[in-house]
Amino acid sequence: MVTVDWRVRRLGQAAFTVWAVLTLSFVLIRMMPGNIMGAMITRMTQQGINPGRARELVELRMTIDPDEPLLTAYGSYVVDTLQGDLGQSVYYGEPVTDVLAGALPWTLFVLSWAVFISFFIGISVGALMAYWEGGKLDVGLTSYAVLMGSIPFYVLAILLLIFLSYRYGLFPNGGRQPIGADPGFNLVYISGIIHHAALPIISMLVASGVASLGMRGNSIRVLGEDYLRVARLRGLSDITISTQYVARNAVLPMYTTLLISIGEMFGGSIVLEQVFQYHGLGWYMLSATHQRDYPLMMGGFMVITLAIVTALLLADLTYGYVDPRARRAQ
Amino acid sequence: MTRESPSPTDPGDEHELSTDIKSTPETERNGAADRPVETDGGNVNSPFEVVSEFEETRRDRYRKLYDAYVYAPVSIIWRDWRARIGLTIVVLYLLMGTVGTVLVEPTNVAEGSALINPFENAEYILGTDGHGRDLLSQTVHSTATILKMVVSGAVCTVGIGTTVGAIAGYKGGMVDTVLSSITDVFINIPGFPLVMVLGLMFDDIILGNPYAVGVLLSVAAWGGLARAIRSQMLTLREESFVEASQAMGMRTHTIVFKEIIPHLMPYVVINLTNAGRRVIFEAVALYYLGILPFENLNWGSTLNLAYQENAHVRPGALHWFLVPMVAIVFISVGLTLLGQSLDRVFNPRVRARHEKTTSPADPEGEPDDTTNANDMMGGI
Repeated sequence: MVTVDWRVRRLGQAAFTVWAVLTLSFVLIRMMPGNIMGAMITRMTQQGINPGRARELVELRMTIDPDEPLLTAYGSYVVDTLQGDLGQSVYYGEPVTDVLAGALPWTLFVLSWAVFISFFIGISVGALMAYWEGGKLDVGLTSYAVLMGSIPFYVLAILLLIFLSYRYGLFPNGGRQPIGADPGFNLVYISGIIHHAALPIISMLVASGVASLGMRGNSIRVLGEDYLRVARLRGLSDITISTQYVARNAVLPMYTTLLISIGEMFGGSIVLEQVFQYHGLGWYMLSATHQRDYPLMMGGFMVITLAIVTALLLADLTYGYVDPRARRAQ
Repeated sequence: MTRESPSPTDPGDEHELSTDIKSTPETERNGAADRPVETDGGNVNSPFEVVSEFEETRRDRYRKLYDAYVYAPVSIIWRDWRARIGLTIVVLYLLMGTVGTVLVEPTNVAEGSALINPFENAEYILGTDGHGRDLLSQTVHSTATILKMVVSGAVCTVGIGTTVGAIAGYKGGMVDTVLSSITDVFINIPGFPLVMVLGLMFDDIILGNPYAVGVLLSVAAWGGLARAIRSQMLTLREESFVEASQAMGMRTHTIVFKEIIPHLMPYVVINLTNAGRRVIFEAVALYYLGILPFENLNWGSTLNLAYQENAHVRPGALHWFLVPMVAIVFISVGLTLLGQSLDRVFNPRVRARHEKTTSPADPEGEPDDTTNANDMMGGI
């Protein structure tokens, strides 16, 4: 076997994923029975546009020519997409790339805070549960974690919206930025943005329940290890043991959970942004789906995929710095 | 490492142990399970014993199977409070989806007056929605639909994940490379958006077919399980019992699915409940967003209607949201608790202890581990 550097292999895997998704989306648009392209042309013809013109419009919007042979169409579609041309939105009349580029930062803003805070809470709670394993606090916190894991985030989101926003008016009931404030780096605008993002972020914190159960399991496993017994015999202080020995070893496996939850949260942002009418990536993708704005919908799908692939790639490449064992194993 | 092979958790031993357990109900049957009988063979002369010793009717066989696969597991997990609650909840929903649909009549528009609050009217215990439809009836009748989605979704997810992961891990080489690459693609693809796009394209198949919804949702969900199963397979395939099976000339198919997979059963079953929960969450989300078409109301489409008719703004309409929400949260609490406690059923040590003594004296496996560790310390 030829040994390739694992980073190169990992990069190749990411490229393969992107290619696979590109191909899948081409199949959905052009080849599948009842495909998107056919649906678009039928729709336009029904609206009174003659078929020839409709085909031209479809070509403009989807960057796929319906009359070209499959292979040529596929080739030019892949090249176009890789160059950043995702077609043109039917509803907004703008290039899909422009629409989505305006939305992406907002989604990233909400999601990064949601991931960060929920894992912080999850790890702390999990460590507490493990420390008092079997005690009253453990039972109480475990029940809390089970309940958190059983509430879908959108249920919590709707409840928060009803109570904190409509009933008590503590938070705005939709939108992503304060009305009337100057966009820019001033206090009113920044605090307004945080105010608008607060409820979506809080709704995502149900993820902390799952994280804390994982952390609890890891910590208990580490607590049973022999090296911990040795550390106690050596007379190390409790603080050293808990931070240097238990915490570090228990947190590291959580990294994988974190990665998977990033992907799930991106998918979840579609529901979340609908509930709060937060105009991010998910909101645009959903409204495109409802308006049968296929270029925007497929573009959104592509951008979310790219975001997840990139996030996972970066995380994998940097994992060696977090966990020295992984570097050696590679 | 002195710990490695002779430790009690050695898979070979586990294997023997599990056959022991299977034979336990058998000996119980031969010794008349109805009354407490000494194992010294004191009353072999009883005519009942003679009959059951020589011929085994079909009914006996079913009873044995019931003992080994239903009675014993249920009585084991019944000791755990989490399992008790979880099992009760799941059974409750099963009853609601089967018997409940017969008992509770389906509801129609303008059956009662609009937005009756819960617990005010005896006829509409959970109240009515904005069109005067009974919310209790909506909840009960959508349970059957949701349960069908859960079953097909969970079985598909776990089936595909286990098969792909097991084959990739066992075969290795080129097969592994190909299957792992496919798995990685599915792990990386954003599941929910993919399901959304597919749901839009196949809406004619999905309409009124809950099984299809389950299958659709499993498309994006099996990747993680396949990866986990594969990595466990990599260690299991090095075990001696696999080598023995290979030496006996068993077919690969038999080795993987009859010999190795049973060792992964705990993991697989726990994932079955997780997959079920996931199916509920995603299906309800899709119906809530109004992406999947529906004929009959279910929890998600009830939420969708409530949102569209501004129940979150209107006063006195809160229960329109709350009733389906409670239904969702309650069943997923049940599934979570059940999944957490199921590992005990498959833990051979807990099982064996339960079969031998029916007293709840020593329920956990932890004490064993501690003594083990103590021995180790002495060894060092």
